[in-house]
Amino acid sequence: MAKEMRVLLEYADRIDPASAEDYIKVGGYKGLEKARKMNPRDLIQEVKDSKLRGRGGAGFNAGMKWSFVPQNVPIKYVVCNLDEGEPGTYKDRIICEKNAQALLEGMAICGHAIGSNQGYIYCRGEYPFVVDLLRKAIDSASEVLGDFNIEVRMGAGAYVCGEETALIESIEGHRGEPRFKPPFPGVEGLWQVPTVVNNVETYACLPYILVNGAPWFAGIGSASYPGTKVLSLTGDVVNRTYFEVPTDMTLREVIFELGGGIKNGKKFKAVQVGGTSGAFIPEHYLDTKIDFDSMGAIGAALGSGAVFVLDESRDILDVATRISKFFEHESCGKCNPCREGTFRSREILERLNAGKGSEADLDKLLLLSKVMQKACLCGLGQAAPIPTESTIKHFRHEYLRKVQ
Amino acid sequence: MSRIQEIIAQYGDKQGGIIEAYHAVQKEFNYLPEEAVIEAASVFGVSEAQAYGVATFYSYLSVKPRGKYIIRMCESAPCHVAGADEVIQAIEKELGIKVGETTADGKFTLELTECIGQCQATPVITVNSEPIFDVTPQKVPEILSALK
Ligand SMILES: Cc1cc2nc3c(=O)[nH]c(=O)nc-3n(C[C@H](O)[C@H](O)[C@H](O)COP(=O)(O)O)c2cc1C
Ligand code: SF4
Ligand code: FES
Repeated sequence: MAKEMRVLLEYADRIDPASAEDYIKVGGYKGLEKARKMNPRDLIQEVKDSKLRGRGGAGFNAGMKWSFVPQNVPIKYVVCNLDEGEPGTYKDRIICEKNAQALLEGMAICGHAIGSNQGYIYCRGEYPFVVDLLRKAIDSASEVLGDFNIEVRMGAGAYVCGEETALIESIEGHRGEPRFKPPFPGVEGLWQVPTVVNNVETYACLPYILVNGAPWFAGIGSASYPGTKVLSLTGDVVNRTYFEVPTDMTLREVIFELGGGIKNGKKFKAVQVGGTSGAFIPEHYLDTKIDFDSMGAIGAALGSGAVFVLDESRDILDVATRISKFFEHESCGKCNPCREGTFRSREILERLNAGKGSEADLDKLLLLSKVMQKACLCGLGQAAPIPTESTIKHFRHEYLRKVQ
Repeated sequence: MSRIQEIIAQYGDKQGGIIEAYHAVQKEFNYLPEEAVIEAASVFGVSEAQAYGVATFYSYLSVKPRGKYIIRMCESAPCHVAGADEVIQAIEKELGIKVGETTADGKFTLELTECIGQCQATPVITVNSEPIFDVTPQKVPEILSALK
């Protein structure tokens, strides 16, 4: 029987997440203490050795990202991405609500590594209660954090602001439109200075890596993407809740063992992993491990760790159509392939879903998908066609059923 | 000094604080009156066009008056398959307005939203950002009548 492995969430509901004192009682802030005794170069090496990779979707090696930050610059920033806009995802909220202090500790560890004493947490506008919690947590931790300051900024409802450069624009008080890269934030980020942007879960892993050592972390789960991952289960599973699992757990174990299988005695049809921009996967791929590279090998993505399950009665084309509306709505409009592409995709899908499309529309969608993946400026437009492309690939018969 | 000027002034020395200032204005006024946009532009040293651009980029900011209670229905895929469409219909029927409209008495505004990160309990609506879980069309009249 597959089992959870709780590292970040070990003390969930047993400590007050706002209280530094509670957290210290269960071993908190030992990682920061240790980190501050190390020289920054060794600290970055330790994080590299742990093979910790970003938990926000792109899976970039965290220590590597930090190593790009130039050393002899007076002002640098540590930014935490708590935008969590990917539909079906609520794991960063859970990490804050259960263990907010670990996030603060992780940010301070990063601060020491890159030589920064100012952090920002960008929290989505949908979570005002998390903003309140974090402000309390920061107050409570002011002594242990010492000269590392953290400020919380609240977004205002824009999915694209999860993209790191759009997020930076938003903290600066602008419209949340992604920037051209390079320069990458590590070199020129918030207010033009070097900035590290990491996800909540990435930061929250750091205290445990420091306390238990890089080899310990590197030894958990899959070798190329080690550690645990917090997943959020939604849709037609019995247990719609969150789980923290080692990264070598398979999708089948997640859905049928932890998730308790499909609701109401129905059969499985498909699962979309990584949020609304992920691929839909049919049953014969369920024995794939959830780690970044294993998911990539089957044309899917671990993404944010959302696991959205559909039972046999669900209409895949209807769901894909709904998702296309999401991307049209959230496209920031800065670049043409995305602004027009998400609009046209939605238009064609609505036509098909209404039974007024033709088989030629499927080819149009696939062509548009290729163009968008290559030509869009940011990940929003690049990933927008993935749900459509993957459902045409694996569930073409469902599309054809509604074709004239 | 008008109330709006007072609110915005509190954020004046916060670099990039215009969005925070807008949130604070909305907390009291439920939307951003024209005065707020003009005032923010001068306090944060940007053009009025830029201040307006920010006010209209984010879905939680509104330059149009809204009701006392802003009801938002999540229509992202997990809520969609859990029956969001039926819930929306029930709310529209109960309030006698369509999505995007405000009731004549200025009490309710109905909006759609994308995922609000509470998908353990789909379908979800929010009332002034407070989530309400596992909503069904049957529960709608009771939920709305509790809002005075
Ligand atoms: C459209 C879009 C939305 C994104 N949303 C998020 C998000 O909500 N949270 C997040 O951590 N990363 C998000 N990302 C990824 C970030 O750009 C960035 O890669 C990440 O914050 C880096 O942190 P990590 O390396 O710790 O994962 C998004 C990317 C794109 C293109
Ligand atoms: S891909 Fe879409 S969201 Fe990204 S910059 Fe272009 S228009 Fe904006
Ligand atoms: S999909 Fe509706 S709350 Fe997440």
